[in-house]
Amino acid sequence: MKMVTAIIKPFKLDEVREALSAIGVQGITVTEVKGFGRQKGHTELYRGAEYVVDFLPKIKLEAAIKSDMLDQVLEAIEKAAQTGKIGDGKIFVTSIEQVIRIRTGESGVEAL
Amino acid sequence: MKKLIVFFSLLAMLCGMSVPAFAENAAATAAVTAPAAAAPAAAPAPVPNKGDTAFMIASTILVILMTLPGLALFYGGLVRTKNMLSMLTQVFVIFCVIALLWVIYGYSLAFSAGGGLNSFIGGFSKAFLAGITPDSVAETFSKGVVIPELLFVVFQLTFAAITVALVVGGLAERIKFSALLIFAVLWFTFSYLPMAHMVWFWGGPSAFADPAGFIFGKGAIDFAGGTVVHINAAMAALMGAFVLGKRIGYGKEALAPHSLTMTMIGAALLWVGWFGFNAGSNLEANGTAVLALTNTIVATAAAAMSWMFTEWLLRGKPSMLGVASGAVAGLVAVTPAAGYVGPMGAIVLGLIAGVLCFWGVTGLKKLLGVDDSLDVFGVHGVGGIVGAIGTGIFAAPSLGGTGVFDYAANKVGDYSIIGQVTSQAWGVGTTILWSGIVSFVLFKLIDMVIGLRVTEEAEREGLDTSTHGERAYNM
Repeated sequence: MKMVTAIIKPFKLDEVREALSAIGVQGITVTEVKGFGRQKGHTELYRGAEYVVDFLPKIKLEAAIKSDMLDQVLEAIEKAAQTGKIGDGKIFVTSIEQVIRIRTGESGVEAL
Repeated sequence: MKKLIVFFSLLAMLCGMSVPAFAENAAATAAVTAPAAAAPAAAPAPVPNKGDTAFMIASTILVILMTLPGLALFYGGLVRTKNMLSMLTQVFVIFCVIALLWVIYGYSLAFSAGGGLNSFIGGFSKAFLAGITPDSVAETFSKGVVIPELLFVVFQLTFAAITVALVVGGLAERIKFSALLIFAVLWFTFSYLPMAHMVWFWGGPSAFADPAGFIFGKGAIDFAGGTVVHINAAMAALMGAFVLGKRIGYGKEALAPHSLTMTMIGAALLWVGWFGFNAGSNLEANGTAVLALTNTIVATAAAAMSWMFTEWLLRGKPSMLGVASGAVAGLVAVTPAAGYVGPMGAIVLGLIAGVLCFWGVTGLKKLLGVDDSLDVFGVHGVGGIVGAIGTGIFAAPSLGGTGVFDYAANKVGDYSIIGQVTSQAWGVGTTILWSGIVSFVLFKLIDMVIGLRVTEEAEREGLDTSTHGERAYNM
């Protein structure tokens, strides 16, 4: 079992969700986050005052999947979230030790 | 307990101020009321025109709209979320305080004859609106045309209220509420009232030769209060910001406006209300009032455009805040000029004000090094000075202006641009010095006695919860 965590541009969320549904991903969790990477911030000017906005809004998306789906999932996210411009985001993959479905008590791959 | 003490000391100050001064001036006012009463008896008593009265009632209400909610929202949008309610509360409460003080002693000190001190301040003969009934009349600028005096009283009330409310923009996000209230009372008494008297008090068309206020006597013209309202408030804001010191994080952290939507709504309400302010300052519904109305549209539009293009050119982007600030700069600049300049003159005035006020909030602000938080000086001070001096130029009949009516000769007098600009400079200089000194002394005094600024902890937490115990947005 793998946890795929992707940081993407907010307006790409719908495309990524559709791409993941299409290959059979059962569920994802989405959080609105802020951060900085190579894209850096931008400046805002209010009359004479200039403020550097370091943290840009992004979407953090998490999906717990079966290990054999990993390549498909990575490809789907990469394709859907790409604009080719700086700030498209990153995907992180980690291993999951255990998963439990709270309603039924099922665990492991059954619970995904 | 501490709050109660503050409240009672405020009350005590109010009473203390009016009572002894009353006694001092009693003799002086008795001497002055006699000739004033004799004048209307000689001519057949003029009666207010219903059209003028209706127009002035509407104008008065429009000026209230400028402060509540116009200015409150304009300022509120410019502060951070945690200080939104503090701005709304300060503006709202100042309106209420000044409204009461105005009818208690303000109107009398500003608009009655002041005996020996008449050049600078009026007397107490009309304190508590003594002698003013629904039948009392006040003269307009035309011979034989009057409006109910009570209407003049409340129209001027709204001016006093917005002037004091304007000051809070320089003190935003760190002033102690109790200190602000004390300042509002004292500054209204020692700066607004003398300035209003100096600039606007005269005998009226029927007694134009009577002793007038100091600046009026210098020949300075100020249609709706460029000096009295804008330069006056701007100096107080600048001094306050200087004595208070910079906000925590100024220049280091982002202190960005929390809602430019609110600011846009506020600016738009200010513009609409300003029609009452400028056209209403004519005191009667005639061609000059329409001229003031027209100028209030075109000068504002010109200034909004010139600020926007300046910003676009120098900073790369045309911002909403820039457009709104430019509009306010134009409104400020056209205030003293509204009924004196032609529409083309007003456009030029607006174009200049937009560019210079942009410099006021950028270059000049850096030069001064004072955290005038919402740029009261940059917009109202610079715009006020541009307007006051510009009025001297563009009021010239040769530049499409109306000139200045000579009541002795009963026609528009000969116009000298240099002469008028000199008179205007007297008005500007006196206001800067008077308000600057009075404000500085008052802020220092209050700072020494009860402290001007909230604690660092309260400032970081935000005045909404630390002072007022509530939040603007619970979302």
